[in-house]
Amino acid sequence: MAVITANSDNFEAEVLNSDKPVIVDFNAAWCGPCKMLGPVIEELSDEREDIKFVSVDIDEEDILAEDHDVSSIPCLVAFKDGKEIGRSIGIVPKSEITALVEG
Amino acid sequence: MAYDIVVIGAGPAGLTAAIYARRAAKSVLVLEAVSYGGQIINTPDIENYPAAAHISGFDFATKLYEQAKALGAEIVFEKAVDIRDGGSEKTVVTTKNEYPCKAVIIATGSANRKLGIEDEDKLVGRGVSYCATCDGAFYRKKRVAVVGGGNTALEDALYLADIAEKVYLIHRRDSFRGEEQTAAALRERENVEFVLNSNVTKLIAEKKLTAVEVTDKSGAVSVIEVNGLFVAVGRIPENQNFSAVIELDESGYAAADESCRTRTPGVFVAGDNRTKEVRQLVTAAADGAVAATEAVKYISTI
Repeated sequence: MAVITANSDNFEAEVLNSDKPVIVDFNAAWCGPCKMLGPVIEELSDEREDIKFVSVDIDEEDILAEDHDVSSIPCLVAFKDGKEIGRSIGIVPKSEITALVEG
Repeated sequence: MAYDIVVIGAGPAGLTAAIYARRAAKSVLVLEAVSYGGQIINTPDIENYPAAAHISGFDFATKLYEQAKALGAEIVFEKAVDIRDGGSEKTVVTTKNEYPCKAVIIATGSANRKLGIEDEDKLVGRGVSYCATCDGAFYRKKRVAVVGGGNTALEDALYLADIAEKVYLIHRRDSFRGEEQTAAALRERENVEFVLNSNVTKLIAEKKLTAVEVTDKSGAVSVIEVNGLFVAVGRIPENQNFSAVIELDESGYAAADESCRTRTPGVFVAGDNRTKEVRQLVTAAADGAVAATEAVKYISTI
């Protein structure tokens, strides 16, 4: 499954009300480490049908970033049943990314 | 199979070493703990690399990585934790494997120096940052502090002065190690305030950072309300795992001259983790070329 782009209109439906656990990748076009992490998230979205992967551009969606206390990117935030259960900052290995949804 | 050369670190020094070693027809393994590119990927625009007037750090790193791979360097993402010196055969030990080889090039670069105060790690990404150009955008019209007195601290403060409502520059001395020109530019800014002869002694936070406690030379304590704290107190070379085979100076840099040779024959050091005056992209690349050439020369003698 591809990575879904989220904005303030669909965040609730795609992330907070998702049946599956979600990992949200907060990123920006100018952020080098985000560009490193992006392809890893893409790969994971193909490998892991049980997790939904969502991308949020913090320049376009500054309110979403602010609402979720994102102040350093790349920032991955894991959600389950509408609640944050894990978070990582910077470039992290694949195994640590998927471990985020385990809480 | 034993490699001719194992390079530790896939930053500009390590990848340049890989390119030179491959062009000398040596088999090369590059070990990288996190991601290729090293520190340079945080730089939005490189303007001082010869013949490249503008290039982003990400593009630079990606081109370098692809160049090394196209030439046949193997790149494996594992963290090297030890080097065992068995004379003409050495072994690089990672958290997962052991790699026998003839020569090793240590190009591990450096990491951000932390303040070393309570809750610092917990607040990274929640108000504490080590990179103003990466995270500055989150502090538009907010209050921030920069800690440090070198060029990075001064440049960070100047960068943030354009974004944030207020910038405090906290420094433990009364004069700056960084360039006077940048310090003078900061004095011109109305929203920049110097807090000198002072150390940050406590981080005050609920969910996010809300203030820092500052203690001055006389012992007087004050609290400054800030949303962000940018730590720019220098860097620590990543040589700790290799002190059995290389000499470290008092700051932890690997002792080696321009030849990049260390005290152990066949072990070389390249880039920011080496003792030197100028740590720039171009000097890292230069070290990589020298270390690879020296390693090739060494292999021909064993």
